[in-house]
Amino acid sequence: MLNTRVLESVLIPLGALLASALIFAVFLLALGKSPVTFLSLVWTGGFSSWFSIQSALQRAAPLILTGLAFAIPARIGLTLLGAEGAVVIGGFAAAAVAIPLVGAGLPTAIVWPVMALAAMAVGAVWVGLAGWLKHHRGVNETISSLLLTYIAIAIVSFLIEGPFRDPGSANKPSTMPLGSDYRIGGMFDSSVHWGLAAGLLLAAALWVLMARTPFGFAARMTGGNLRAAQGQGLPVGRLLVACCAIAGACAGVAGFFEIAAIHGQANASLAAGYGFTGILVAFLARHNPLAVVPVAILFGALDASGGLVQRRMEMPDATMLVLQGIIFIVLLVSDTMYGRLPFLNPNRSGART
Amino acid sequence: MTDADPIASLMIVFYALIGGAIRVSTPFLFVALGECLTEKSGRINLGLEGNLILGAMIGYAVSYNSGSAWAGVLAAGGVGVVLGVAHGWICKLPKVNDIAVGLAFMGLGTGLAFFFGKPYIQPSAPRLTSVPLGAWSDSPQVQQALQVNPLFFIGIILAVFLWWMLRSTRWGLVIRVTGDSAASAKAMGVNVDGVRLLATAAGGCLAGIGGAFLSLSYPGSWNEGLSSGQGLMAVALVIFARWNPLRCVLAALLFGAAGALGPSLQSIGVSFGYHFFNAAPYIVTLGIMIASARSRSAAVEAPRELSIIK
Repeated sequence: MLNTRVLESVLIPLGALLASALIFAVFLLALGKSPVTFLSLVWTGGFSSWFSIQSALQRAAPLILTGLAFAIPARIGLTLLGAEGAVVIGGFAAAAVAIPLVGAGLPTAIVWPVMALAAMAVGAVWVGLAGWLKHHRGVNETISSLLLTYIAIAIVSFLIEGPFRDPGSANKPSTMPLGSDYRIGGMFDSSVHWGLAAGLLLAAALWVLMARTPFGFAARMTGGNLRAAQGQGLPVGRLLVACCAIAGACAGVAGFFEIAAIHGQANASLAAGYGFTGILVAFLARHNPLAVVPVAILFGALDASGGLVQRRMEMPDATMLVLQGIIFIVLLVSDTMYGRLPFLNPNRSGART
Repeated sequence: MTDADPIASLMIVFYALIGGAIRVSTPFLFVALGECLTEKSGRINLGLEGNLILGAMIGYAVSYNSGSAWAGVLAAGGVGVVLGVAHGWICKLPKVNDIAVGLAFMGLGTGLAFFFGKPYIQPSAPRLTSVPLGAWSDSPQVQQALQVNPLFFIGIILAVFLWWMLRSTRWGLVIRVTGDSAASAKAMGVNVDGVRLLATAAGGCLAGIGGAFLSLSYPGSWNEGLSSGQGLMAVALVIFARWNPLRCVLAALLFGAAGALGPSLQSIGVSFGYHFFNAAPYIVTLGIMIASARSRSAAVEAPRELSIIK
């Protein structure tokens, strides 16, 4: 017999997606729009051609990374909202550390790794702080990571408009541009940047870490029962901080690619909401690092088809926000179904009184 | 400094600060009172940001179409109730994470507001008229600073009412017991989910009204950048105020003043530290959380059923 828990964790999210699609179809019908047209436009804009696939993958890359940034701490029982802040402050760190290196004319083989490491380190410290405060000071990690996100955005805005401002950026304060020689281009002649490769690699590595190593086992055990883990003598504090630091590093990598591959300089565009969409991605993936990848690609495709939907159906750009909100809510409602699907749990049906 | 007279420019900052604090704090006050009531019943609603934005949009749209700003306020409260009831209903299902549900409602509320709000970005709707409390003064700065919106007073009255209700009424006791121990509440015959549903609905209503203030008074128009996270910040504010409605008023004024400090310093040409003052409430709240997380007196004041306390 196939493992019912695995079956559930595939069937229930898929069912939730289907139910969300139906609710959204009713929403469209109520507005006098055609759900069939919508679906075909999403197909055209996100999957049908090499161009649209590239566009979807391009947008999926940061979502894989921020999805991982929520999923890993979730496995140890933490609800962290710090990814957005880590993307912003990590991206800024990458842009800032690049300024003297680019100025000295160093090769990209040195500049890029240093930028990526800076982004990862700063992101890891920033989110790791929430884990440290949780363990050593008993501060709730959800609220502290949310506050840290706002603090990060404020610090970065201050630095970009103050000491790190490029005098040339008149309308939109930004740091010094990297210059075209230091921009990361597409992989293998495509327009998809290397952030996707980094996301895939990290997803695979983190799956191995969480599912196949003693560290992952200890982390999952801590997530299942903190007291029992402490009783077994597991280094709970170090595990908590490590999971948060991994999350921050993932988000930092997303920030690095936003700088090196997309914007070329740090400015307000860094806070694009990838951290918050990543939360939805992680929930839909049941916090499984490997499942994060297809879910992120799905949302990347939805995002990529947004412009097409906007033009052809004359709907506002917020359409995708509404759809995402519906999916998120239906998905959370579906959490209540685990262990209660009658056809998967036949022996339980009569036991309740 | 552009002004030659330091005292005069200090007074300009002071008046701008008072006026700014009152204006900026009103939406904070409503969202914080709503969040406070919800959290007192033992549930957290991180989705009030969605109520705030959707309330702002619906309030503006209804005010524009009906010609009455107060009808807009009522409609904003109504849509807040709808979101609150939905949140409360979903959270009573077993195995559902209330923090995540809040985030989802934040997304849905914002999405719906942006979706239906597009046609209302341009037109001008009737606003709420302010009460000119500064009419006694000859100084235009004082007059301008003391243009106080009636919603601010309603918020203060509401805070006093909630404080009294929670402290000395049967309903207040039921809410507090539900928030401190669901098991005891059940033993008393209280319908725990029902109380939390009502508390979330009422909290959602207040957050919606806070949103109507944003679009109908200050800044006083509808656009997609209207809220700068006041709904999320209110969660921090309630922790800062330690779940006391009266302290919520003080905390909202303080957060408002911090938010108004940057712009009022800008009015005399000081632009340094603008972002620092915006971040100050977050830094202070984090500091307070760190200081009070393990303190006994703070633990007594926090509703013990709250998922962010455990």
